[in-house]
Amino acid sequence: MENIQQQFVEIFGTEWGSMLFSLATNMTFIFAIVVPLLLGVAYLTFAERKIIAYMQIRVGPNRVTFFGIPWLRGWGQPIADAVKAIMKEIVIPTGANKFLFILAPVLTIMPALAAWAVIPFSPELILADINAGLLYILAMTSMGIYGIIIAGWASNSKYAFLGAMRSAAQVVSYELAMGFALVCVLMMSQSLNLGDIVNGQQGDSFLNWYLIPLFPMFLVYLISGVAETNRAPFDVAEGESEIVAGFHVDYSGMAFTVFFLAEYSNMILVATLTSIMFLGGWLPPVDVAPFTLIPGIIWLLLKIAFILFFFLWFRATFPRYRYDQIMRLGWKIFIPITLVWIVLLGSIMQLPESIRNTFPLNIWF
Amino acid sequence: MNFQDILFYIFSAILIASALGVITVRNPVNSALLLVLAFVTCAGLWLLLEAEFLAIALVLVYVGAVMVLFLFVVMMLDINLDRLREGFWKWFPFGATIALIIVAEISMVLMGKYFGLEEMPIPRPHDADYSNTRELGRLIYTEYVYAFELAAVLLLVAMVAAIALTLRHREDKRSPNPSKQVKVRKEDRLRIVTMPAEKKE
Repeated sequence: MENIQQQFVEIFGTEWGSMLFSLATNMTFIFAIVVPLLLGVAYLTFAERKIIAYMQIRVGPNRVTFFGIPWLRGWGQPIADAVKAIMKEIVIPTGANKFLFILAPVLTIMPALAAWAVIPFSPELILADINAGLLYILAMTSMGIYGIIIAGWASNSKYAFLGAMRSAAQVVSYELAMGFALVCVLMMSQSLNLGDIVNGQQGDSFLNWYLIPLFPMFLVYLISGVAETNRAPFDVAEGESEIVAGFHVDYSGMAFTVFFLAEYSNMILVATLTSIMFLGGWLPPVDVAPFTLIPGIIWLLLKIAFILFFFLWFRATFPRYRYDQIMRLGWKIFIPITLVWIVLLGSIMQLPESIRNTFPLNIWF
Repeated sequence: MNFQDILFYIFSAILIASALGVITVRNPVNSALLLVLAFVTCAGLWLLLEAEFLAIALVLVYVGAVMVLFLFVVMMLDINLDRLREGFWKWFPFGATIALIIVAEISMVLMGKYFGLEEMPIPRPHDADYSNTRELGRLIYTEYVYAFELAAVLLLVAMVAAIALTLRHREDKRSPNPSKQVKVRKEDRLRIVTMPAEKKE
């Protein structure tokens, strides 16, 4: 590593050399995050189709395979889908605003990928270890909505516009509950740095994870996460049975696929954040020998997969919410719950040490 | 010129271009989107000034919430551009006065050495572990707590007033009450009747 830096300095001079070196290393890290992420997205679609199929007593995709290997049947499906999407024509409607029509998918995928910059995969594996990591995540996820609104408006179609309006109102409402739930986490950890939040959950076992003291916040965060990503049962933005396909009804080929990629990478992001905030990130469930030998990133991936399974399970199980019921759940139930919990948590934090230690199970601090 | 200077000039160029676009572009949706771009580049400039909390809060609050609602409204409006342009000469003196004041303020900053601005020491760059958020939080909740709470109350009053102004009670409206709906029990609605099997003729 230092040899390469030395070479950069020799070629480009002291100031520019180190600058270009950090640029090069960061680009490498970014590729190391984005490529597995997009592969994960591809196979998440496969997992979704398979899992929902088994839940509904079907088989799911079972034909496309690599090199004719019989036991890999179905595993080639995501790759085949991607090839099909790239081959298809991108149709731009006559009345559409061309520039914004093309810009919309880009604006959707950008924050979905940019938010991954501050995610710690293990104590050392992190691209940007910034102090305000949690704030950065909130800012990035709140920008994802622009792609949807612009797509709905630029398509110049009533169905798309209705989908965009529904999505905008829904995402803005649930962002509040989500933010308040995260405020509870940062009150517990007393830091906005995601690495510090995981370290705050360090202890003998999973009893130290924030899942236990903040269980209602965990539920609020998970459900708001489902609503934020416009997934079933909150998928009124797409609402196939009412407004055809919602905001992306006029998109085809790769432009549509980019929306699809953004939705799934947002799902993985919410699952990762849930694991980091509430399920102890890279920490093993019990801090004893066989568990601690497994590297942290494996634990994190297992937790992410566990939460993602919930997303798929919800989609297979629940009917779609009606729009006014979505709004009621967000504003009248989640926000009051989170506000009460913030006040409760704050008052417990202000209790004197002696009283806090008399609690039967000292899970709080 | 080092890397930060180049970043500064890139951000400033985009910021000025997009801010000009906000007031010159004809389509109000494009104009709102350019305002979003202006906010984001402004956040980039603030990051260069080591104000990372303010920069991220700007993106979170203005880009993530305020402008979304703004776009939401602008997209649904049917704006007649000719009628908007009618009042140009009527409002021109007012606009010109404000522009003059802004020019005066900017020139006071740019020509700072004539006004003794350089007597202030140049702020020192902070260490990597310096937390902008922590410092801001400490100041807001200790030294400036009354001002902060006053601003919060003001916002709350504005919100309550906005809701009170737009809330209408309509007597003829019928809407479902979900909390009542979920409390429905089977016994209230459903009567199970046992019927003896009838003989086939």
